[in-house]
Amino acid sequence: MLNQLYRLMSTCFCLLLSCSLANAYDYPFADRYVATVLGTPSEFAEVLPKDIPTKTDSIIMFPDRKIPGVLWPIDEFYYSYQRQDGPAPLIFLVAGTGASFKSGKMLNMQRAFYHAGFNVISLSSPTHPNFIATASTSSVPGHLQEDSADLYKVMKAIWQKLQGKMDVTEFYLTGYSLGAAQSAFVAKIDEQEKAFNFKKVLMINPPVSLYNSVVILDDLLMQGIPGGMDNFDKFYKGLIKAFGETYKHGKHVEFNDNFLYEVYEYKKPKSDDPMEALIGVSFRISSENMVLTSDVMTKAGYVVPKGLELGRNDDVSSYGKVLSRLTFVDYFKGIFMPHFKALDPNITEPEMIKELSLRTIDDYLRTSPKIGLIGNEDDIILLPGEIDYLRDVFGSRATIYPHGGHCGNMAYPDNVKAMVGFFQTTLQK
Amino acid sequence: MISKNKTIRLTFFALALLAVLFAAGCANQQNVNLEPPLHTPENTLKEGVEYAVDVYDPLEGMNRRLYTFNYYFDKFIFLPVVYTYEFITPDFLEEMVSNFVDNVFEFNNLTNNLLQGKVNETGITLARFLVNTTIGIGGIFDPATSSGLERQTEDFGQTLGYWGVGNGPYIVLPILGPSNLRDTTGIVTDAVAFSLAGPPAWVDDDDITLAFNITTAIDKRHRQSFRYYRTGSPFEYEMIRMLYTSKRKIEIDR
Repeated sequence: MLNQLYRLMSTCFCLLLSCSLANAYDYPFADRYVATVLGTPSEFAEVLPKDIPTKTDSIIMFPDRKIPGVLWPIDEFYYSYQRQDGPAPLIFLVAGTGASFKSGKMLNMQRAFYHAGFNVISLSSPTHPNFIATASTSSVPGHLQEDSADLYKVMKAIWQKLQGKMDVTEFYLTGYSLGAAQSAFVAKIDEQEKAFNFKKVLMINPPVSLYNSVVILDDLLMQGIPGGMDNFDKFYKGLIKAFGETYKHGKHVEFNDNFLYEVYEYKKPKSDDPMEALIGVSFRISSENMVLTSDVMTKAGYVVPKGLELGRNDDVSSYGKVLSRLTFVDYFKGIFMPHFKALDPNITEPEMIKELSLRTIDDYLRTSPKIGLIGNEDDIILLPGEIDYLRDVFGSRATIYPHGGHCGNMAYPDNVKAMVGFFQTTLQK
Repeated sequence: MISKNKTIRLTFFALALLAVLFAAGCANQQNVNLEPPLHTPENTLKEGVEYAVDVYDPLEGMNRRLYTFNYYFDKFIFLPVVYTYEFITPDFLEEMVSNFVDNVFEFNNLTNNLLQGKVNETGITLARFLVNTTIGIGGIFDPATSSGLERQTEDFGQTLGYWGVGNGPYIVLPILGPSNLRDTTGIVTDAVAFSLAGPPAWVDDDDITLAFNITTAIDKRHRQSFRYYRTGSPFEYEMIRMLYTSKRKIEIDR
């Protein structure tokens, strides 16, 4: 009897152990803010080929549009692609807030998908200055539906140009962060227009409500730097000091992608404050770029006087200083709402906020087996309950990791395999 | 080797480009009484706040144009040459070239470590040069680093900084990029010392020196991943100015 009990218990124990082994997820940072800032340092990341044959090209979406001199380096819409020899699927990648087609995360995705045998086309986010200036219908970014429609137009135009160069078997789509939310809306447009008939669409770390997420990111800056941007100088000096000390005393430290991780390891900050500040500051810088571009393009008179045409070599630093003090909500009230209210006088702020959410296509997301999701339990851009909402909507199509913060674990081997594997399951059919 | 004619033509092209850029910049002067925007410095910014982004830049107008000039120089001349070099040269050979160039420039590391009174670092630099020149076969390999003798990079700009010389005005140098008065002085001093007392003086052959200088220029650009206007940010000039200044501070404090 005792023997049997013992055997039963040991079986249970083994089962439990193997269960926990199977579920072990060893991404190195359990802290959501640290994960978001440091991402996946190279020693923990999936090893992917460094050099892949990448071509950068540009198209003109609005031939009659005049781009002000201050934006001259971005007066055409730039994108990149990698092509396979012989027949292969094509995947479109959409970057996250403020990011270009060659941001670090995008480059990593390009390597992963090209390595797995896909043709790849990479697009900057509709919140990137280049997109706002050359491919956005209104040049007022942030409207999920409109930005996604613009993305779809860009995809069609690029495909028009490249279709002779690639032998494409089927089309896929993915994006991270804001690009993930836009991918879902693009997929929905494609259901009607059927230019691509996307076979599979993957959303990586999407926001649920855009407005909630930007408020979180704006608040992080205030939490991380008490007093906000007025005390940025002090924070920056501290940061440079920490960098300097690491450079001086750290073992064989070089300025490269891993430098921030080296600083973190050397200084081991006791609180999350510097991490929160870095996330907030990086979001604020993206916002500054975005809002100045929008202001200049639409002549909204937001920080640049109406009627002042900024030229190639004009000093813009005072606008930068003003914008560094303004939140996303300021932009929402100062440029975004006035623009869309002019188009539809009946729309109110709460209605607009509600519209900028995945919840508006809830039905579509629930009933579309082709759409999958990769998320993190501790994603910093989600409010409590929003990850549960995603789990509920996507059910078995959701892969939720316990750690990773916002997009921090995207280069981690498990994540790369899940990301590529999601599309490969159809490949084998 | 580039023929003399071609060099002259390239120089002429570069100068013409510069002239056009300056002329284009001067034409655009607006001074009108416009309605103020919604958010102005007056209603947004507090007084007495310091800004990390503020770097002393009295030559800003010229600097911005040189920044643009460098973009075009990179695009049409420098980078095509570098990419051709990368295309025809296998990776291991590129690394040998880099090692060789670094080894020759240990001369500047040596003098500047010495000038800063860094005895230990001076010794390491000397040992590196000896080890890499002999065991590393004239410097094409770097056995010194793998045996724990790490490169002690110092230049005369850092030496001046070490002895308390401030940044001076920010300067964008043609082709070489972001700098400031102190570091430009450093670059010139290092170059003069290098050619008068360093390896070129030891070799004393103009053709070899010219070949080495061209190799160095290509190798250094090949190792530098910076690209002008890659960020797409309308504030790139200010950001790079701030980051350059901070990077130099870190290097000097080392």
